Amino acid sequence: MIAPPTGRVDIAHVHIEVGAGVDRFEALHDVSLSIAPGEFVCLLGPSGCGKSTLLGALAGHLAPSGGEVRVDGAIVDGPHPDRGLVFQQHTLFPWQTVIDNVAFGLKMQGVARAQRRVQAHELLASVGLQGFESRYPSQLSGGMQQRVEIARVLINRPRVLLMDEPFGALDALARARMQQLLLEVWSRVRTTVVFVTHDIDEALFLADRLLVMSARPGRIIEDRRLDFARPRDESLVTSSEFAALKRHCLRLLHRGEADAPLPRMTPLGPPIATL
Amino acid sequence: MSATLASSDAGAAPSAAHGPARSDTSHPWARRALARSLRLASVTVFLLTWQAVTSLHLTLGIVTFANVPSPVATWEALLDLLHSPKLAQHVGFSLWRVAVGFAIATVVGIALGLVVGRFAWARRTLLPPLELLRPIPAVSWIPLSVLMFPSTEASMIFITFLGAVFPVLLNTIHGVEGVDRRLVASARSLGTRRWQLFAQVIVPAAAPSIATGLAIGMGTCWFCLVSAEMISGQFGIGYYTWESYTVQNYGGIIVGMLLIGLLGMGSSALIRATARAMMPWTRDGVAQ
Repeated sequence: MIAPPTGRVDIAHVHIEVGAGVDRFEALHDVSLSIAPGEFVCLLGPSGCGKSTLLGALAGHLAPSGGEVRVDGAIVDGPHPDRGLVFQQHTLFPWQTVIDNVAFGLKMQGVARAQRRVQAHELLASVGLQGFESRYPSQLSGGMQQRVEIARVLINRPRVLLMDEPFGALDALARARMQQLLLEVWSRVRTTVVFVTHDIDEALFLADRLLVMSARPGRIIEDRRLDFARPRDESLVTSSEFAALKRHCLRLLHRGEADAPLPRMTPLGPPIATL
Repeated sequence: MSATLASSDAGAAPSAAHGPARSDTSHPWARRALARSLRLASVTVFLLTWQAVTSLHLTLGIVTFANVPSPVATWEALLDLLHSPKLAQHVGFSLWRVAVGFAIATVVGIALGLVVGRFAWARRTLLPPLELLRPIPAVSWIPLSVLMFPSTEASMIFITFLGAVFPVLLNTIHGVEGVDRRLVASARSLGTRRWQLFAQVIVPAAAPSIATGLAIGMGTCWFCLVSAEMISGQFGIGYYTWESYTVQNYGGIIVGMLLIGLLGMGSSALIRATARAMMPWTRDGVAQ
């Protein structure tokens, strides 16, 4: 499949401050980077380093205090279905069935019910959830909920898929299965992916390109292409090349480590609601 | 855990799960039958005691049962009312007032609650006067409402409305403030426009809390209506109860009380059933 011409990300000299009043601090300091259309980028860094903040800026939920974020040349000034966001904990609507959750984006576009259900049905099948259409989100396992969440974002055919530690709450087995599934889906959809994680294995397994961030205020301290052949499977994780890169990343993360672990940030700002 | 292991040695593992209160001889059906007959017995004892203290005209210093109608007298008053054409009017008027007052309270309480819960400017401007009015019992509004409304009907509906509106309002505010901001963010990322957020996210997310407010509001509705009817009006269950006192139809007092309880319970059950039907995701088996 040919890479689509859309999904180019340009981040130029972005500063972001989050929090309110005396708790306000600089989460990101002068970050600049460009991501090619269709690229799978992993943002790796310690907890609280600002990688989720950067994702929040890309999604349009956090406004930079300096610099600008562009997707395909257009300045990001608010959330848009072109930039789909997947949280660590699912944000499915508990009052809607699985199929209605997936079809939600189309409903917002004004697509007729029958038509949006057909599309949602197809997407659900592609993430392996055929037969779960009329369940409610609370009736699914954590892995299934995230699959629905991904399908719900993909139905809008986003230029960029933004993922904030989407598999961080899953057990090891479910996480491995979800990583495989994500690569499979991505090989068909070929949207740009920006995937935030603090799990080195996960970042190395998934990405075309690895960006490592330092502790607060977040800066990019490493930008590296990962040329492991695709399609990738579990055998990659045990290869010597992989192990060498993992050691390298560990050293990088340790060097940039803060004295005390910082609280995890979210794409919407600090973890506690400061309205 | 260790208790389960210990009792499994004695071959009693399945019943061990029922906890330490079990007795070795009782079966579930036997315990249920026992519980049912206990309930029946306690109600019978209550009715017999009631009949005894009233027919004996018992006087215990500070309280006297000399004028309290007996269960038999109550039963006779009930039969009287059931055969009277006034029953339909009393019940009809009360139901009508509750329906209108509650409907207005629902609309006003939910609308205000959504705005106050969602927007800081609304909280700052609208909430202070509401907080001042809230602790005033609706019943104490009765004289003022008689002055404010030319018709007694309107004043009674107003009292009913006041009783219901605050529980609805406060629970709506609480529900809206409790909406997960990530759900709102996700909806925005999926293309929901700001004005669509209410219908698509805020209202359904706050719905369980709103339903709680409606159920509480329905209870206070009846409480306030009955008080209002005792003071003004010619029909209604509250009026009937008070009239029974003034015309010395003492059995009617108890009938009125029971009717009020029954109607209140029924309308609350109706609210809960409607809420359940409208919120299938909150049913058992779809638990969070």
